[in-house]
Amino acid sequence: MSTAPTTTAAVRVTGVDKTFETRSGVVHALQGIDLEVAAGEFVSLIGPSGCGKSTLMRLIADLDEPTAGTVEVNGTSAAQARKDQAYGIAFQQAGLLPWRTVAANVALPMELHGPSGAARRERVADLLEMVGLSDFADRYPDQLSGGMQQRVAIARSLAEKPSILLMDEPFGALDEMTREKMQTDLVRICAETGAAVAFVTHSIPEAVFLSDRVVVMSPRPGRIQEIVPIEVGADAARDDHLREESVFFEHVTAVREALHGGSAASTARGVETR
Amino acid sequence: MTGTLQEQQATDAAQAAAVPGRAPAPGGRRRRSGGRQAARWVWGVAGILLVAVVWELYKWLAPADGVLIGETRVLPRTTDLAMPHVWDMLARLGEPVTRAPGANVLWLEIALAALVTLGIAAAGWLVGVIVGIGLALVMQRWRLAEWGLLPWIIVSQTVPLIAFAPVVRSWGSRVEIGAFEWQDWMSVALIASYLAFFPIAVGALKGLQSPDRIHTELMKTYAAGYWQTLFRLRFPAAVPYLLPALRLGAANAVIGAVVAEVSTGLQGGIGRLLIQFAGQASGDPAKAWAPIFGAIVLGLVAAGSIALLGVILKNYRRVEVTA
Repeated sequence: MSTAPTTTAAVRVTGVDKTFETRSGVVHALQGIDLEVAAGEFVSLIGPSGCGKSTLMRLIADLDEPTAGTVEVNGTSAAQARKDQAYGIAFQQAGLLPWRTVAANVALPMELHGPSGAARRERVADLLEMVGLSDFADRYPDQLSGGMQQRVAIARSLAEKPSILLMDEPFGALDEMTREKMQTDLVRICAETGAAVAFVTHSIPEAVFLSDRVVVMSPRPGRIQEIVPIEVGADAARDDHLREESVFFEHVTAVREALHGGSAASTARGVETR
Repeated sequence: MTGTLQEQQATDAAQAAAVPGRAPAPGGRRRRSGGRQAARWVWGVAGILLVAVVWELYKWLAPADGVLIGETRVLPRTTDLAMPHVWDMLARLGEPVTRAPGANVLWLEIALAALVTLGIAAAGWLVGVIVGIGLALVMQRWRLAEWGLLPWIIVSQTVPLIAFAPVVRSWGSRVEIGAFEWQDWMSVALIASYLAFFPIAVGALKGLQSPDRIHTELMKTYAAGYWQTLFRLRFPAAVPYLLPALRLGAANAVIGAVVAEVSTGLQGGIGRLLIQFAGQASGDPAKAWAPIFGAIVLGLVAAGSIALLGVILKNYRRVEVTA
């Protein structure tokens, strides 16, 4: 994973505002957001509840439209990027279709557009191997544990070899052990696919472990407070050893202080420090 | 790499096994549900026997003139004319319809008539399915259509069937398009479809609207169009809602067909036999009950066919909706 900027950014957000009309008045979900994710870069969005990080993700995915500003994905508009299938997406819930087997769930995006026949079957087999679920291809989602369902969802998001992955707290509902394993898997998968990732999370260690840069956001109105670069050193691999190194804890502290506006004593609501 | 993968799959298998109530050994599950299936049959038969016992007990214990409060009879007479013995009714099924030589056995006559009615009801049910799902599609697609149509669909069911059955028949008799000529049975099927479409439209609408936001948004991120979303998401998701709706529709179609046969006077079906045999009840009381049993069996067969459909579509019912 390199942080070197290339000619076209994977995601470029410029001067984005987002307001929602609610019964109790106008809510400023996002204000003045400028963010760039380079090709192949892993960027985490972290912040307390209500800071608009999921909203920002939805704008990039073209599930919502910004009130002001522009969102560019792969050098085109977000809407065009969605039509081009430039990104794969995974949500907090796996969102598998319960009437489809694991293999058929992974094949869904390819049924809508993409390879058919033998090429599709081969791709599904590859993806299931990548997430370690080859033996479960014919199971149904209700026969899988939560972590396994989430892995199927990640395989599905990778189905069309997207150059961008959007992940909205994909490990939020998992227990700590599964979560750490999934993080390690994700690092491996990203290295294999070379995809840029925008990753929403509540967990500081998760953000530090995974990311090249951590974007710290603050609420009401949601804006970017600070961007913390995570440099673990060129020779340090992102594996389980990293979690025990002092450089890891230094970055966790840096992100925590950024979250709390410089004072580590106060606690921000909705942020897990585990 | 392969080592860790195998390890991981081993833990996955353990996890899957640890999830309570999820896919244990498939054989064990089937055997258990097989036992439950048998129990359901036993209780069903017991229920029927109980009705027969209550019938006979009342007939035996209550006064012949029934129970009266003042001038009003609140419970029926128990004479053989009003309440034939259960065994008499059953025995009558095995005897010829009339004393004329070459007459069919009663149960056969009933079965043939029931088949005719079943065919008409099935035609009506099919029309009801097409109209009902069509309406649901329109209402799901356009919120405005839902607001505009749903009240009329509900109002349509408050019109008494008996009132408009003859009207449909007389309209039908004037329909003649080229070589196509309106048959009387078509009027009956049309009335059956009128009763059948209602639960189907309501159930299909609820089913088509059932997909979670996460799923509709997922389809949006796939840039899937209306039809792709309909066939890959909405229809499969609607199955658990559609099956009970189709079963209700089938039962309604049978009721509609029988009532329409009675009120349009169509020959050959079970509705006609109901009227005809009721007219002979003073001389042959047990005979009048035969078409009633026939109509009950008919409804069970119609609803049972939908259960068969449910077995075929069982993979779409993995998240069964309750109520």
